[in-house]
Amino acid sequence: MGTLLQVKGLRTRFYTQDGVVNAVNGIDFSVDEGETLGIVGESGCGKSVSVLSVMRLIPQPPGRIVGGEVWFGGRDLLRVDEAEMRQVRGNKIAMVFQDPMTSLNPVLTINQQVSEALQLHLGMDKAQARKRAIELLEMVNIPRAADRIDDYPHQFSGGMRQRVMIAMGLSCSPQLLIADEPTTALDVTIQAQILDIVKRLKRELGMAIIWITHDLGVVAGLAERVIVMYAGYVIEHAEVKDLYADPRHPYTLGLLRSIPRLDAERKAKLTPIDGLPPDLIDMPPGCPFAPRCAYAIERCLVENPQLETVARRHQVACWVDVTSGRD
Amino acid sequence: MPQDETMAVQSSSTQSSDRVLLEVRGLKMWFPITQGLILQRRVGDIRAVDGLDFFIRRGETLGLVGESGCGKSTTGRAILQLYRPTAGQVLFEGTDLTRLRGEALRRMRRRMQMIFQDPYASLNPRMTVGNIVGEPLEVHNIGKPEERRQRVQELLEVVGLNPYFVNRYPHEFSGGQRQRIGVARALAVNPDFIVCDEPISALDVSIQAQIINLLEELQDKFGLTYLFIAHDLSVVRHISDRVAVMYLGKIVELTTRDELYSNPLHPYTKALLSAVPIPDPVVEEKRQRIILEGDVPSPANPPSGCRFRTRCGLRMDICAEVEPEWRETAADHWVACHRV
Repeated sequence: MGTLLQVKGLRTRFYTQDGVVNAVNGIDFSVDEGETLGIVGESGCGKSVSVLSVMRLIPQPPGRIVGGEVWFGGRDLLRVDEAEMRQVRGNKIAMVFQDPMTSLNPVLTINQQVSEALQLHLGMDKAQARKRAIELLEMVNIPRAADRIDDYPHQFSGGMRQRVMIAMGLSCSPQLLIADEPTTALDVTIQAQILDIVKRLKRELGMAIIWITHDLGVVAGLAERVIVMYAGYVIEHAEVKDLYADPRHPYTLGLLRSIPRLDAERKAKLTPIDGLPPDLIDMPPGCPFAPRCAYAIERCLVENPQLETVARRHQVACWVDVTSGRD
Repeated sequence: MPQDETMAVQSSSTQSSDRVLLEVRGLKMWFPITQGLILQRRVGDIRAVDGLDFFIRRGETLGLVGESGCGKSTTGRAILQLYRPTAGQVLFEGTDLTRLRGEALRRMRRRMQMIFQDPYASLNPRMTVGNIVGEPLEVHNIGKPEERRQRVQELLEVVGLNPYFVNRYPHEFSGGQRQRIGVARALAVNPDFIVCDEPISALDVSIQAQIINLLEELQDKFGLTYLFIAHDLSVVRHISDRVAVMYLGKIVELTTRDELYSNPLHPYTKALLSAVPIPDPVVEEKRQRIILEGDVPSPANPPSGCRFRTRCGLRMDICAEVEPEWRETAADHWVACHRV
């Protein structure tokens, strides 16, 4: 399968009153056609800013993409004009946001909102768009879609609104769907419904997905490849099974150890990661994780490691081999 | 002794060596729905909590899980009398809190505290950390100002903060540190019982474990009893001795931690457990999920009979007609389901 999206050396900063926030610090990643890539990290690690930069949806000012390339369909999206970018957004690449409560317009009906992209990008007339909108809502399991399409968002529950958002994302059959924590605001049983729908749609429609989350459980069941971000850097990249079976970065290792698992033997005590993530305005020299890292050596404090390949399709940015001494 | 009185009304299976600290009987918390501006007519009720019976033993952690809107936070608040319950009793060492008023209630409140979900909203941004943590001492008239200052510094140390932070303001702290301040405030009056209302759900994954470990250490150190309210079943399993599962204002199942996770009886508990993602791709690949149909019905108009029946894959005719009885099917295993 060919590469659909290739991001190289992406750098995004925010120029605020308090100083320059180094949100994304030169990251590389790619997504193949039909593949699901998970991006994992905690709040402030730059995972949302990365994909918003890809879509060129960073508010400027205060934000600015200061470097890098985003290759999609033979073009560098960071260098095309705004009119061309509008042809990509919502059409070739669609996005689903975290909060289904605020991402829908409360004064427009569901029909008006789902039809908009169909009329805009696919040139359908109102009647065609409405018919297609009903089909899309049925595809995401909205019961009695034909009756409910003229409802307003407040008449829908949180899970149904998120399904509407997904239907809107799918409306122009995008090649890539970017989902930014789409199930974080939802209850687990509703999350299970949404994940079920997404897996089915991916099978049926064959689109690629970037799924952003802080939940290592959700990624495990959904993604084929995963990148882990910390303080605006990609610190580990691996195929999903390798990442969980053989994590190589102390941060990934720490995350996996710090969460209680429903299916594992109950531990007397959790192993937290001490300390706090670094201040992105005043970044420490060296590895950003070094101040919290149990494996840190002197070199970590002065020199920031680059991503290096350590196994097949497995890259880590760390000076220390955490596997040494392991069986 | 008041504890012995509570013991007498307990279920036969409860071992007599276990001391009950808190018992809830038939607890209901309804909120009126009104219509009209000046002449408000009551046109219905949101039945947020609709008849709960359970007890919490001294020194244990009872986990209360359920999805948003199921009434778990309302339960915590109704127990502490932050809402006055519509019906039912809340017996704290045998004293019915729902009957207490004024000074008598205030005195009991010293023994029960709360840790809130949102560490950004639950600390007054205009107060220093010292004043926030010391306020309960002032309210309850404990100690002289100098003693209070000392106590506040001790408390900060206990929760893992630098005692020199007393003059700082909440905005100078991270989420995890703020939650530690909230914990210190709850501990200030030396309570017996703490309601932890989703204390970690607003925190980042790497910070959550720090707070969980802190809560466990404090429990050991001070013999605290927790009602731990959360929606994350993995966390609840880790911290609880027993777990209650709530759905639409009712507890549907309550049992020991190990029993609940190894032998869940209620269809809702089973669905809930199967929906929790497990951070292991090999396990995830093989797992069978029970996908529930539809959404949670409105608590203003709950389904007749069993409230879960509209989403239940095992429903029978009787489920629409008769509300399932809350009964103990095995020692310390309570469930309300016609199928069990």
